Amino acid sequence: MKKYLFIYSICISLCISFTGLAQQTPAPKQAQAISIVGATAHIGNGTVIENATIVFENGKIVRIGSAASTRTDGKIIDAKGKHIYPGFIAPNSTLGLVEVDAVRATRDQDETGSFNPHIRSLIAYNTESKVVESCRPNGILIAQVTPRGGRVSGTSSIVQLDAWNWEDAALKADDGIHINWPNDYTKGRSWLGESRGLRPNENYSKQVQEIQKTFDEAAAYLNGDRSPKNLPFEAMSGLLKGTQSLFVHVESEKGILDAIDFGKKNKLKIVIVGGYNAHKVANELRLHKVPVLLHRTHSVPELDDEDYDLSYKKAKLLMDAGVLVGLENSGQMERMNTRNLPFLAGTVAAHGLNKEKALQLITSNTAQILGINDRLGTLEVGKDATLFVSEGDALDMRGNILTHAFINGREISLETHQTKLWQRYSKKYSEKQ
Amino acid sequence: MNKPYLLLFVILCSFSAFAQEYFPKNDGVKTDTKTITAFTNAKIYVTPSQIIDNGTLVIKDGKVLQVGTNISVPKGAVVMNLNGKTIYPSFIDPFSDFGIEKPKRNRNWREAPQYDAGREGYYWNDHIRPETNPLEEFTFDNKKANELLKAGFGTVNTHKHDGIVRGNGILVALNTSGDNSTRILDDRSAQYLSYEKSAASRQSYPTSLMGAMALIRQMYHDADWYAKGNANRTDLALEALVANKNLVQIFHSGSKHNSIKTDAIGDDFGIQYVLVGDGSEYENIDAMKATNASFIIPVNFPNAYDVSDPYASTVLELEDMKHWNQAPANPKMLSDKGITFSFTLHDSKSGKEFMSNIHKAIAYGLDKTKALEALTTIPARILKQEDKIGSLQNGRQANFIITSGDLFDKETVIYENWVQGNQNIFSDKSLVDLRGKYDLNIAGKTYQLAITGTPEKLKSDVIIDSLQLGSKLSFSDGWLQLQFTTPDTTNTGFIRLTASVKNPTYISGKAVLDTGYETTFNATQKATSSSEEKDKKEKQEETPEMLPISYPNGAYGSTTLPRQETILFKNATVWTNEKEGILQNTDVLVKDGKIARIGKNISASNAKIIDATGKHLTAGIIDEHSHIAAFAINEAGHNSTAEVNMADVVDPEDVDIYRNLAGGVTTIQLLHGSANPIGGRSAILSLKWGRSADEMLFKDADGFIKFALGENVKQSNWGDTETTRFPQTRMGVEQVFTDYFQRAKEYEAKKKSGNYRYDIEMETISEILNSKRFVSCHSYVQSEINMLMKVAEKFGFNINTFTHILEGYKVADKMKEHGVGGSTFSDWWAYKYEVNDAIPYNGAIMHNQGVLVAFNSDDAEMSRRLNQEAAKAVKYGGVSEEDAWKFVTLNPAKLLHIDDKVGSIKTGKQADLVLWTDHPMSIYTKAQTTMIEGTIYFDLERDTQLRRNIQNDRAKLINMMLQEKGKGMKTQPVKKKEKIHNHCDTGQL
Repeated sequence: MKKYLFIYSICISLCISFTGLAQQTPAPKQAQAISIVGATAHIGNGTVIENATIVFENGKIVRIGSAASTRTDGKIIDAKGKHIYPGFIAPNSTLGLVEVDAVRATRDQDETGSFNPHIRSLIAYNTESKVVESCRPNGILIAQVTPRGGRVSGTSSIVQLDAWNWEDAALKADDGIHINWPNDYTKGRSWLGESRGLRPNENYSKQVQEIQKTFDEAAAYLNGDRSPKNLPFEAMSGLLKGTQSLFVHVESEKGILDAIDFGKKNKLKIVIVGGYNAHKVANELRLHKVPVLLHRTHSVPELDDEDYDLSYKKAKLLMDAGVLVGLENSGQMERMNTRNLPFLAGTVAAHGLNKEKALQLITSNTAQILGINDRLGTLEVGKDATLFVSEGDALDMRGNILTHAFINGREISLETHQTKLWQRYSKKYSEKQ
Repeated sequence: MNKPYLLLFVILCSFSAFAQEYFPKNDGVKTDTKTITAFTNAKIYVTPSQIIDNGTLVIKDGKVLQVGTNISVPKGAVVMNLNGKTIYPSFIDPFSDFGIEKPKRNRNWREAPQYDAGREGYYWNDHIRPETNPLEEFTFDNKKANELLKAGFGTVNTHKHDGIVRGNGILVALNTSGDNSTRILDDRSAQYLSYEKSAASRQSYPTSLMGAMALIRQMYHDADWYAKGNANRTDLALEALVANKNLVQIFHSGSKHNSIKTDAIGDDFGIQYVLVGDGSEYENIDAMKATNASFIIPVNFPNAYDVSDPYASTVLELEDMKHWNQAPANPKMLSDKGITFSFTLHDSKSGKEFMSNIHKAIAYGLDKTKALEALTTIPARILKQEDKIGSLQNGRQANFIITSGDLFDKETVIYENWVQGNQNIFSDKSLVDLRGKYDLNIAGKTYQLAITGTPEKLKSDVIIDSLQLGSKLSFSDGWLQLQFTTPDTTNTGFIRLTASVKNPTYISGKAVLDTGYETTFNATQKATSSSEEKDKKEKQEETPEMLPISYPNGAYGSTTLPRQETILFKNATVWTNEKEGILQNTDVLVKDGKIARIGKNISASNAKIIDATGKHLTAGIIDEHSHIAAFAINEAGHNSTAEVNMADVVDPEDVDIYRNLAGGVTTIQLLHGSANPIGGRSAILSLKWGRSADEMLFKDADGFIKFALGENVKQSNWGDTETTRFPQTRMGVEQVFTDYFQRAKEYEAKKKSGNYRYDIEMETISEILNSKRFVSCHSYVQSEINMLMKVAEKFGFNINTFTHILEGYKVADKMKEHGVGGSTFSDWWAYKYEVNDAIPYNGAIMHNQGVLVAFNSDDAEMSRRLNQEAAKAVKYGGVSEEDAWKFVTLNPAKLLHIDDKVGSIKTGKQADLVLWTDHPMSIYTKAQTTMIEGTIYFDLERDTQLRRNIQNDRAKLINMMLQEKGKGMKTQPVKKKEKIHNHCDTGQL
């Protein structure tokens, strides 16, 4: 039996490496200026330019304005009637860390241990991932690749989704550290005869104190002679110097308030991730300028009593309250679902938010939260030419049909493993007929 | 008593002092202990409604000899003058585990599951244990007996709480000084059943509620067949089941839903179960009444939640808060409905809690006579033991309690509990009740003395000139001792009193003053505690406010259900899904639950007009693959479970139903999961929120069944221990199907010949072979899709639907040829190995090849925005908008064979409609109004009102709970419900 299993697993690995070749070849550097003309340009900061011309050269946007007043240059792409958007950004994703959820050998997102600031997602990011390439035809061109698990999961990095290797991919290496804030509810241990369901976490305060203690120790270490070397503490130096953000994954009201306090006390740049109950503490978030990467719009409310559309409208509630919000998509089947990010934003618009503001939830707001807004998030002069052209409204399923996409001015392929299969089998049937 | 057991007891108990008269005696002279005892001057509840004032009860040999008013006490009787005290029959618990240990579950997660029975010579399923007779291991538990006696119980019907069929119970009198030969009043009293598996066996089947229900049904068929002598081997379990047939059948259903379903099972086999509920019967009282069953109910009313922390209290659900508020009304509501019910101590933490909850039930309006009946005559009647217990008529067991007064008065004390004539004293009944108010005269001064508390634990208050003095009082063996401080606060001294009290109306004795001076004192009683004071107190204790019951009785329920209306949609964009296509500026009239007219400028008197200008009217969305509204999804204990039926486990109170309506969904197919190649039968549901499970079942729909292929059925992702169940490969899957279809054919042949064992599973598979039941098969990979079509063709039928069917695009031509539809995901993939080649263009390719295509959810979240998923057929592969819309409406209706009733807007069809604020497939649209058969079940405006109701009810209940805490009542910490959203591979148990 063992022998057969072995042969079987070889077969599987052969299959994987064979089909893995389907990944699209990364595009070469932008060789000449490109002008896209005639499209409605959604800038990403809430404004729109109808019938716009956008010109980019050497990977940067050099001009954008109305077609009438903006000079074109180089190769001209006629995009009349189409729409142009800054590349969408998927924060708090595990793209490239897992290929097939159910196959353990392909899962690289969750390291053992609970205190792992030194664990770096970047080096495990698989640029050949078929799931990653499937995001691009829907406009997702940038992602934050984030480790999961433990109390401190590790260090994330921000990548663009068209690269030969992780070094090519890196836009901002080691941008932040991710911490899973203690839950104020824990599951009943049914195997000990406790009733199932969630009950107050008696150890909450203790767990919060442990985090503080760890940070105190790290600060003391980093202020000392740093000998002998402590890898986890070393990995926290950027965080304590303020060059990295602390992404606090937390859902409860109390937890968020405690996290804000914790950030203030330790002079950290913090970002709330998930933030299921963030709308209830919006005022405090605004006062302390703490941004939120809000949980998946497409999720059912946690409690029966909650409004059916709570997850749909939450981003609006927060934005209305003056909080900086981006959308994230972690959860079940999160990698393959990343391509639906535009529709997460669109759904918020269905439930009351202005469409261009909804667009900010996956462009400029996210860029600002991740600290990459100097290069990305809007269609503005001087920023990276990381953008795409869509037949219609890219936040709507029927309009989100890309004709062109660029990362740093490089025109990337919109083909995927999936489009190839589509073409192959369509051809099979058309030839048959 | 059955003879071998009697003999066993005789042997076991031969050392007992209570030997039978014909037993030899070697340790002294023989004495006759047959005492006659007479209780005089008592208020006697012979039954809850036959009450004798100032009566006499005479008992002999542990039984009632006589009871009445004009009774001459027999000579030689011991007489107890009860001086106006009250006698009640002792209570009976018909659902007890007294003296019987429950086996402990032996869990080892690393062990491979066990599929076969572990016992030889018994039924094929270890959880069927009718042969269990707890007598064999019964041990009289003195400590527990004392607790029960103290709570007022005299008899329990005890059984082994283990397994689905648990065997018989034994009726035990809690006689602490007798032996089993006298205590055991019946060694085969009632048979017990439940839905819980035996802890003694690891056998997997059943892993689900519907599996347990199917197992019970099959068991009855098998018992019938066995009883007719058809078996060629001995089955001790079935033999016992047949033998137990005439016993009372007591079924621990454990929930209001299960009670309804359990009663229905009973109806199928001519059995009227007694149902053991969970205390939530009040939420669906009409359905409980309709069962015609007697109930045994716990009085486990929840404590108030501690809501003082506002953060914590937000996670508390309205449903749980309402249950706290309403549960004490359960007994009253059962009683008002005329439902016969007994109480049980089961699920109560203690006898004290049990009685205080009965007080609570009475405060909620339960009639005291009914309460007493539920403790005495009703359990006796349920157990068919009225000739022995439950009342104090002549010849009954001398099981009774002596109380200070009305049993249901909080101040009342249970002095003694007599069982089979054996006295158990809990409080000294000769104790003078000192409680009351006195004028206390000492040395020319008059103090006000108030004595309160219980007779055993008295409290004193001494006041002079409105100054409260520190005091301490004790009273034992008839001697009172009281000491209190002098009024002088600067220099505290003590005054000490002592007196022998015969009569509390006038007490006199010796007093020692703080100066050491000895004198006398007297105290005259001005009022007793049980007089005026109490009347006042009772008036203050108002009936608690109870929130009205809604349907469902939690979030988004309503007290009155929405009704069918005549409605005219004016000026809508109407997506007909018919050859008329999309009609602009069109009116649609809905009448009597049907689409009455479609056209321009329709007018209808009496119709409610809905202005649909700028809005889109479509047929309701139909989800071909759903797992919401279910108590269980997978019966994973066998590789074929065609015998199970999802209709048995519909949860009509799942809030996801309401959320689906808010997403425009009107019909779902509740499918079994994909744990096995042949899954269970499915239920097609109309999402009539607030209605019962049966009312939600789609009327006159064809039957369907779930099949499954691939990784789930071969248990690829179930962990390393799950490697023994056949099949473990796709190769094996084919053989499972071939095997079952072949066996079903042979079964049919045998059935025709007349002599056969009725087999629910085979009956179901036969229906498939005869195209009377239709297959929806979970599938991913092209090889297996192709395989199942070929197997079906070989057996002469067609697969109706491939669900998921993510590689359908690879064999779309073959699917078209076979005539099977594809109900797929719009864009799911990459979650397991077999969906590596899943592509979002799948729907479009299959559609282009002429396959009937639907998009389904398999997910509580996605199901509420299937309109967005339909739009993905436009995005991926360019399906026309009209056709894409049919993917979630007309096409699934066709796949479910209900397209003659729903799925399009056509005159005469059911008015299952959705009004959208925008183009139905726009990301920016919302369902504004969702109706089923002309009844509006969701509406944005109504939703706003329901949200307000939730806020108001929550605020009110939280205030009530805070008050409760303020009063010093017990509270429990807030708990958060963990909602499990089911998918195909959601396991159960």
